[in-house]
Amino acid sequence: MGRTAVTLEINAQSCAFDLDNRTTLLDALREHLGLTGTKKGCDHGQCGACTVLVDGMRMNSCLLLAVALDGAQIITVEGLSSDAALHPVQQAFIDHDAFQCGYCTPGQICSAIGAITEAASGWPSAVTPQERPLGPVPLTAPEIRERMSGNLCRCGAYVNIVNAVTEAAEAVGEAAR
Amino acid sequence: MKTFRYERPADPAAAVTLVAGTPGARYLAGGTNLVDLMKLGVETPELLVDVSRLPFGEVEETDTGGLRIGAAVRGSRLAAHLLVRERYPALSQALLSGASAQLRNAATIGGNLLQRTRCLYFQDVSKPCNKRRPGSGCPAREGAHRDLAVLGASEHCIATNTSDLAVALAALDATVHLTGPAGVRSLPLTDLYRLPGDEPERDTVLRHGELITSVELPPPPHSARSRAPLMVYRKVRDRASYAFALVSVAAVLDVRDAAVHEVRLAFGGLAARPWRAREAEQALQGRPATEEAFVEAVRTELSACRPLRENGYKLALAERLAVAVLADLAGQG
Ligand SMILES: Cc1cc2nc3c(=O)[nH]c(=O)nc-3n(C[C@H](O)[C@H](O)[C@H](O)COP(=O)(O)OP(=O)(O)OC[C@H]3O[C@@H](n4cnc5c(N)ncnc54)[C@H](O)[C@@H]3O)c2cc1C
Ligand code: SF4
Ligand code: FES
Ligand code: FES
Repeated sequence: MGRTAVTLEINAQSCAFDLDNRTTLLDALREHLGLTGTKKGCDHGQCGACTVLVDGMRMNSCLLLAVALDGAQIITVEGLSSDAALHPVQQAFIDHDAFQCGYCTPGQICSAIGAITEAASGWPSAVTPQERPLGPVPLTAPEIRERMSGNLCRCGAYVNIVNAVTEAAEAVGEAAR
Repeated sequence: MKTFRYERPADPAAAVTLVAGTPGARYLAGGTNLVDLMKLGVETPELLVDVSRLPFGEVEETDTGGLRIGAAVRGSRLAAHLLVRERYPALSQALLSGASAQLRNAATIGGNLLQRTRCLYFQDVSKPCNKRRPGSGCPAREGAHRDLAVLGASEHCIATNTSDLAVALAALDATVHLTGPAGVRSLPLTDLYRLPGDEPERDTVLRHGELITSVELPPPPHSARSRAPLMVYRKVRDRASYAFALVSVAAVLDVRDAAVHEVRLAFGGLAARPWRAREAEQALQGRPATEEAFVEAVRTELSACRPLRENGYKLALAERLAVAVLADLAGQG
């Protein structure tokens, strides 16, 4: 009672847990696996610091119960780079100095990856003109600001974050071509 | 957080049986509201029954040309759905104006409709609150109520419903399909929600164990001149994104020969339920589609407002927003 066996695939590794049902994905990552890259800011879905990719979709890990995710594929900031190279979004954040203290950065990066995928899939945002033809949505600065609004940065690195995401979107788009 | 049991039944009937048989059970969908409230101690379920993987994940056209939306569909998927963007753009706009992309990826349609109020006292278990603890009092009336209701409130509670989705669905004449211990039933979305009266603890007319299975939309209205549906959702908030509505408006307007042929108007942010403005609609039916007529009709509707110390601004805001939205739609027709 109160505990459940859960298997999650985290950064391409299968992880089996016996978890207290109350454990959020965020706490499972940080407290049970020592993956402390994903940050806890507000713990209430308000800041985005805990953003990870769940089956390819960005979500706030602080509001997800780990038991409910049994079988899901999770990617955290630790799982983004391949042996030698950083993920293009990570590289763009460094190149554009898109952080100060860095606390929001893992969440910003995972969120940006989600935003780039969503726009490439033609998903509109609140600022996408209705009359736009269907198809990939170009990530202009207003689009990026709207799509990244779920990630707060108390250091106010927003200007450089927008620049980094702009460049990363181009890099990811080129790699896909 | 209190400890709880977790179950993920394979079919809806088993889910209903589990919740109906356990007074302290709750359905769990995306968890973005429920888990938050559990952390705050506002919700203390003894059993969570996970309905996020039940077979309610489809968006399908109905035989009559409407749309049936499964309760477990995620907000972001519905907002991006081609049929929704083409035929019910106000629905897509409403979803995209709510919460953040991360939250919309996790949150479901059923959970969105049943999200609880964001009243500060409701969320703070150290404070009295009639909705959370019936009979304990309503500190919002004298305290922080800038965001709270101006229509349909009672002396017991002035909370607002904060779902953007519900406002759009109210204007679109949506129906909610339910299954429960006593079988299936369907309700107009506007009848799902209750005004507080002397039972503010009951947000909706749902009985314990009733499960939302889908939401159904009738075929979209089309204007005579274009095939494009004339509808819009517009939301006013404290910042440009990622904030709840102060006031929002969903409107459908079809003007023919300069007169109002069909109009449907709903407000968000004003009451404990999405406020379908039936009086304004009636006042406009068949009338010339002019700004003066819009102002007059909206004022009639809002004359029932009973603002408190800090939320009187909502009247002017609601009036201007609704008139602007209607005038824009009239101009496009
Ligand atoms: C920071 C923040 C900002 C937000 N901003 C907005 C905003 O601007 N606009 C807006 O509209 N919303 C906003 N939200 C609320 C958000 O939309 C809701 O949390 C979300 O839609 C709830 O969906 P869910 O699937 O996660 O529901 P859950 O949290 O899983 O469930 C919510 C409730 O619904 C019940 N439930 C769920 N599914 C069913 C079903 N099928 N049948 C019966 N009962 C069911 C649950 O028992 C629970 O009581 C915000 C939330 C956060 C955290
Ligand atoms: S307005 Fe309603 S929810 Fe808020 S404190 Fe009063 S009773 Fe509670
Ligand atoms: S820690 Fe999850 S959103 Fe802030
Ligand atoms: S870099 Fe410090 S919070 Fe964003």
